[in-house]
Amino acid sequence: MTETRDAGYDDWLDALESGDGYYLECANGHGSLPPRRVCPHCASRELTEEPLPETGTVETHTTIHVATPSFVDDAPYVTAVVDFGPVRLTGQVLADEADAENGLEVTPRVGESETTGERLLCFEPR
Amino acid sequence: MTNARVAGVGLTHFGNHPERTSRDLFAEAGLAALDDASVDPADVEAVHYGNFMGELSEHQGHQGPLAAESLGVHAPATRYESACASSGVALRQAVRDVRNGEADVLVVGGAERMNNLDTARTTEALAIAADELYEVRAGMTFPGAYALMANAYFEQFGGTREDLAHIAVKNHENAVGNDHAQYQSEITVEEAMDSPPVASPLHLYDACPITDGASAVVLVSEDYAERNDLDASIAITGTGQGGDMMALQDRENVATSPAATDAADEAYADAGVTAGDVDVAEVHDCFTIAEVLATESLGFFETGEGVAAARDGVTTREGDLPVNLSGGLKAKGHPVGATGTSQVAELTRVLRGDHHNSEYVPDARVGVAHNAGGTVASAVVHVLEVQE
Ligand SMILES: [Zn+2]
Repeated sequence: MTETRDAGYDDWLDALESGDGYYLECANGHGSLPPRRVCPHCASRELTEEPLPETGTVETHTTIHVATPSFVDDAPYVTAVVDFGPVRLTGQVLADEADAENGLEVTPRVGESETTGERLLCFEPR
Repeated sequence: MTNARVAGVGLTHFGNHPERTSRDLFAEAGLAALDDASVDPADVEAVHYGNFMGELSEHQGHQGPLAAESLGVHAPATRYESACASSGVALRQAVRDVRNGEADVLVVGGAERMNNLDTARTTEALAIAADELYEVRAGMTFPGAYALMANAYFEQFGGTREDLAHIAVKNHENAVGNDHAQYQSEITVEEAMDSPPVASPLHLYDACPITDGASAVVLVSEDYAERNDLDASIAITGTGQGGDMMALQDRENVATSPAATDAADEAYADAGVTAGDVDVAEVHDCFTIAEVLATESLGFFETGEGVAAARDGVTTREGDLPVNLSGGLKAKGHPVGATGTSQVAELTRVLRGDHHNSEYVPDARVGVAHNAGGTVASAVVHVLEVQE
């Protein structure tokens, strides 16, 4: 990975890491993630940072057995799309395949790839 | 407006050819298409070329000129990249060029070299069709993304792994006798069920293979075909393209592919046909669940009913609506940038009557090609019709 920060994204991860996770909300209430200059749903340019809800619900999940080189030592691992209401997030669920299910309540946190040590979005079952 | 006619098509063998460069693969397919069309390379006015991962697999950007020179064509050449829909979007541009009078003769096609990378590197290269920040860095793979769609589909509409296995079995059966296909052997539902997991609920036999290959189509105007006495009985009468949010997490519903619905609606309206008029289709079955989503987006089945239709045999070659008579991406193979035009090459042969499975649809008049990019953030649909 590059040593240069990705403005917006790395700031967002930093915030999540220190317990101040947020999402962007437009004037019409649509949620999105940075970096953004407009709401991707309605093109509104009035975006504000709103606190990310503390818990989300697994909407769909998979256990990945064949990984990319950045995650070979992590496999098998569970990846899920988690619904936080105004916004959804994709990340690794810190649970065994047998314990991962749709509807599972999770909290987001920043973890790291076992393979590279790079930061990544994780979900901890409640 | 003049319709674009398919004057000729060409394909390489799709398979494991790690030592063959994209330029060589495309030369074989493109020259075969020019020969099939009886068109002189000197008449070609532009080359539209699709490729996805050339920078990663061959350390090669700026591939348009290479594609043209590999055919001995001296004309403007442009590469199109829309992940797995790369040559589909290249074709759409070529159809528009003919229609608006910009060109009378074009070569459009694509190539992909993938097997010179190991599986992990190929998985990494394919993953860049997803959102780098919010999907790839979270450990998402391309099969993983489709697995999330499959799981969501099962949750919302029902369906099982075994239902999906019927699609793999059908497409393998259709590929038997296709000289261009990577796999030309039948499989059973049991074998598909017992294959190793890739990204649950998808197993190895739910996934298309890693494929090297190229395809090409020669498009001409009706005027050029007439002047040169070409046998070009297949017209591309409809073209459509749709788009969606890049990341699955930003879609309204992870279990549908509205970009393909939009592309199909546009292509049908353009051609003046409906889903009910379609006799045969080639759809983007990079994973078995993708064929389900495709057949629903194309309007063949209601949302949520595609999986039952597949299980009930509606889409087999003996069924009411044969899908992927070529073997599809699943058995014919999926050289990413070559896929869109390979579907049109196969459909052209089906409609001309010189395809290995033409006998199953002897009266087919209308065919549809559906080519999807990524997790269907891009989709292109073309309607082909037999003209008198
Ligand atoms: Zn908005």
